[in-house]
Amino acid sequence: METSYAIEVKGLRKSYGDFEAVKGIDLRVKTGEIFALLGPNGAGKTTTIEILEGFLTPNAGSVKVLGYDPAKHERVYKERIGIVLQETEVEEFLSVEESIRLVRSYYQNPLPLDDVLAVTGLTDLRRVRPRKLSGGQKRRLDVAMGLAGNPDLLFLDEPTTGFDPQARRDAWDMLRNLRELGKTVLLTSHYMDEVEHIASRAAVMIDGKIVLEGTPQDLAHEAEPTISFRATANLNLPNGLEAEFHEGDSQYLISSSDLVKTLYVLTSWAIENNVSLEDLSITRRSLDDAFVELTQRAENGQER
Amino acid sequence: MRSLQLLAIQYAYENVRFWRNSIAAFFTVALPILMMMILCLLFGSQQTVVEGQPVYWSTFYVPSLSAMAVIGACFTNIAMEVSISRDRGLLKRYRGTPLPVSILVCAKLVHAVVLGFLLVICLIGVGVWVFDASVNGIQLSLFVVALILGSITFCALGLAVAALIPNAEASPAIVQAVVLPLLFISDVFLPMDNAPAWLQWIASVFPVRHFALILQSTFHPILASDIRVSIHLFVMAAWFAVGLVVAIRYFRWEPRR
Repeated sequence: METSYAIEVKGLRKSYGDFEAVKGIDLRVKTGEIFALLGPNGAGKTTTIEILEGFLTPNAGSVKVLGYDPAKHERVYKERIGIVLQETEVEEFLSVEESIRLVRSYYQNPLPLDDVLAVTGLTDLRRVRPRKLSGGQKRRLDVAMGLAGNPDLLFLDEPTTGFDPQARRDAWDMLRNLRELGKTVLLTSHYMDEVEHIASRAAVMIDGKIVLEGTPQDLAHEAEPTISFRATANLNLPNGLEAEFHEGDSQYLISSSDLVKTLYVLTSWAIENNVSLEDLSITRRSLDDAFVELTQRAENGQER
Repeated sequence: MRSLQLLAIQYAYENVRFWRNSIAAFFTVALPILMMMILCLLFGSQQTVVEGQPVYWSTFYVPSLSAMAVIGACFTNIAMEVSISRDRGLLKRYRGTPLPVSILVCAKLVHAVVLGFLLVICLIGVGVWVFDASVNGIQLSLFVVALILGSITFCALGLAVAALIPNAEASPAIVQAVVLPLLFISDVFLPMDNAPAWLQWIASVFPVRHFALILQSTFHPILASDIRVSIHLFVMAAWFAVGLVVAIRYFRWEPRR
């Protein structure tokens, strides 16, 4: 029976010997969603995605993808998924078009060749052999081969790692095209900005666990805004306000989860006590900062 | 029907890939033909008279180099190709598609076997027309049976060795280290009649010698060996079984980490 979830994972665990790469994660990806699994290297992203693809068998937990158990390697399941692995080469003796044609022939209802080429921006390169493709173009060929079978669900393991900024933007355009085709996409990435641009939801995975999950906006809120101003040292700030003081430029930094209230407390205290808050400003940190902070938090937690 | 169609597509692909890879094509196709021509030029014109008819030594080199060609097309080719494809992630990529494993493997086998047969036909052609090899005494049906059994045996062994090869860099060294010495001690380039008994005994354990001898025996009566054909067939069948079991038991989709 179809559920509205393309992917449902509960209590997933995977160990390699003594090392536990995935430490009990739950994951739900809705049909039609572009879901990003984020995290630093070694967080367990690839292990997770390879379990969903069927390459690895989990030690514990339940996995249902499109209603199938991927570990069974059923042909009907393979008909409905497309896989773009993190590190694979393509057949060097076939042109772009020949490679895509070959993969298309494995599926009952493949995507028309011209559509595959158009979506991945390879139309002009169709006769070229992989040796003459750039890194970004090769990766697009990987995606084209993942897409050729017209899958309902596409797995993309780090589709843009190692790209220059322009190649990444091209790749994002391509992924937006996929969304318009109505595909469900699960991608892994270690770039937070990728999520802002293309994902409808994301989970942050650190050290084998999912530490945060939500829309890109939700994740952005994780990054608390910071109030900064300059003033003399050893200010006697009002109760409840904790500031970080940087001696070099006499700057105070206050991070706040309730900006309005914190600002009110701060500014009314400043007016009453006649303290000048020079260069008063509010900065909202980027997702990347939040991501780095989450990673550091997790690492510190580990050290303790 | 669908399976046959997939097999045809996959076979066509194996073919295209093989012929476009000029280095592999050279070593597999040109080398046995070149070797036979050199050996025939050196020794092929010597002759033995049988019942008043001269039989040139080139008659020995046609079936012998046929054995080498089949081993190259089936064993060497498959062992190298599978280990390289595995290292490059191509096998893993296949595994993520609906293409059944059986068809993936069958296409490789069919390609290797057909290639081996084509090479044998070329060798016979060159041997007969250029070097006066004699085909009058050929037991065609037995010769073909031996070719088929040899082909599938060396395909199975190629898959088995591919499974045991740690990585693609090691594969040429390992494969050549297995093949070359065996070819030399197995009556392929020169008859082993005067070799020490222990060396003959070692050679008799492995399938190469039995394959070469059975091809020679069925190609011309003068080349018939002392050992019975059924024994050659039995040893090769045993190696086929070993190859098959190892290949299935130890097959890997991904490089060892």
